[in-house]
Amino acid sequence: MNRLKLDRSLRRDYLTYAFVIVAYVILQVFSGTKGFSPTLRGQLVPICAYVVMAMSLNLTVGILGELSLGHAGFMSVGAFSGAIAAAALQNAVPSPGLRLAIALVIGAIFAGIVGTVISVPVLRLNGDYLAIVTLAFGQIIKSLIENLYVGVDAAGLHFSFLKPHITLAQGGRMILNGPMGIPNIGKISTFLAGFILIMLTLFIIFNLVRSRAGRAIMALRDNRIAAESVGINVTKYKMMAFVTSAALAGAAGALFALGQNTIVAAKFDFNTSILILVFVVLGGLGNMFGSIIAAAALTILPEALRGFADYRMLIYAVVLILVMLGTNSPQLKGLLKKLVPGKKGEEV
Amino acid sequence: MEEILSVQGVNVYYGAIHAIKDVSLTVNEGEIVTLIGANGAGKSTTLQTISGLLRSKTGDIRFCGQSIVHLPSHKIVERGIAQVPEGRRIFLQMTVQENLEMGAFTRSGGVEKDLERVYALFPRLLERKKQIAGTLSGGEQQMLAMGRALMSHPKLMMLDEPSMGLAPILVEQVFSIIRQLHDEGTTILLVEQNAQMALSVADRAYVMETGKITLQGTGAELAQSDQVKKAYLGG
Ligand SMILES: Nc1ncnc2c1ncn2[C@@H]1O[C@H](COP(=O)(O)OP(=O)(O)O)[C@@H](O)[C@H]1O
Ligand SMILES: [Mg+2]
Repeated sequence: MNRLKLDRSLRRDYLTYAFVIVAYVILQVFSGTKGFSPTLRGQLVPICAYVVMAMSLNLTVGILGELSLGHAGFMSVGAFSGAIAAAALQNAVPSPGLRLAIALVIGAIFAGIVGTVISVPVLRLNGDYLAIVTLAFGQIIKSLIENLYVGVDAAGLHFSFLKPHITLAQGGRMILNGPMGIPNIGKISTFLAGFILIMLTLFIIFNLVRSRAGRAIMALRDNRIAAESVGINVTKYKMMAFVTSAALAGAAGALFALGQNTIVAAKFDFNTSILILVFVVLGGLGNMFGSIIAAAALTILPEALRGFADYRMLIYAVVLILVMLGTNSPQLKGLLKKLVPGKKGEEV
Repeated sequence: MEEILSVQGVNVYYGAIHAIKDVSLTVNEGEIVTLIGANGAGKSTTLQTISGLLRSKTGDIRFCGQSIVHLPSHKIVERGIAQVPEGRRIFLQMTVQENLEMGAFTRSGGVEKDLERVYALFPRLLERKKQIAGTLSGGEQQMLAMGRALMSHPKLMMLDEPSMGLAPILVEQVFSIIRQLHDEGTTILLVEQNAQMALSVADRAYVMETGKITLQGTGAELAQSDQVKKAYLGG
């Protein structure tokens, strides 16, 4: 019986992988055709980035059960560290694909480090306090980056905090200009890279959740006192989920940044954190498939509605309410459960 | 009999509240020792200090001859102390069997055999092994919490008010299981407000009042003591 249950959750995982692959192939084929809207084509990389953001936040909120309001902070760390790395490596690594891969790894590492550092105070807290501290974290990251100046010359990277003056050797150039952000990013992110990152994220999250560590994390969510009483190392497993979530958000941030012309720290603010949280809640807590759908649909929607400029936000709000009602109506839920793998209420 | 647990001069504070004061107690191998006292006396605080969830400012706690006072709680479970926390803390979203499997979290292998043993002890759980634990009755949840603790092969099992909120017939059942575990050789530290039941099964007992241990003796001695009779046995 136990095996049957395992098979069912595994089947749901495979269906989710299959869905992502099919969606990628279809979009890839159609994006080459004339009829494909250029706005949508421009949105493919951001959609991938937001899908990864939603899945990674779902690991913290849905699987670990802790409310985080600063997830955009990790995206920001990944975006800036990744974009700086890509800019600095422009000559050293001529291949854009390889440069992108390095940038994603660096974005993930930096966000992971920041995640580790803040997890020390954050994971001692619970519930509302944790939410407040992560909210503050997001704002602090934004302020820090708005005051950071980075230049590069033959001697390497030069950093300056608060003071915009960096003396660079001849041939050197500024990369990050405080509140002005990073201009002239060579767009090297591709839809293929976004697809690979989504698949990798799914692979990491599903393997974590199905492991012994994953059972410990979900036990913590279910009942912390019981989890302690069976000998689960609370700090270790909370940190594992939180840092994995941060690192994945960092990679998503780097992917996003390297698909833009310019990035500024203000882009990754509280509103972005809330937007990602909305994806997670709408898609269903703990439900990765739901996160993918919600993030993709709600990233496209505002762009698709651009033609109706005046009613855009109105339609967006109505759709939000309908989806919310839909995911909470038992009839619709029952229907959705039949149609899609792993709807809300079931773990992953 | 060999001493398995020894608590010496422990003091625990909640901020400015001095919750337990110079508490010392011992448990020998194979014994049932009970800690009785009114609500708020400091019984749960004592158990949580032994299991590493709270820290004492002074004194020492030794288990099987080694100090465990600085170990984190998951290491203490690994050493062989299982706690059944107050208020039936089970994993409500997991099935009965998954709850039991979580009990073996600190070990690897041999889970099947332990499951068999627990199901033999609690046939009700076997009937409901695929049921979501949140849908069990209060008594069944208490059995599940006890069964889960047994899954870790504890050398010492600590129970915090297992009879709390249960109907009298279920209290009887819980205590008959405690007796059975005792007969099988499990060492038990039992915290109870239900002094009568606790003293009836205990080899030795401690009475706790406002953070201090005020009386100790064999279960039978304390059941006869005037002080205990007056305060806890209604006459
Ligand atoms: N988390 C806490 N914060 C502050 N005071 C507490 C806390 N837990 C218990 N106390 C206080 O410590 C004392 C002992 O509590 P406790 O050990 O739970 O008693 P018992 O288990 O014997 O009912 C009580 O006065 C209680 O109010
Ligand atoms: Mg208590």
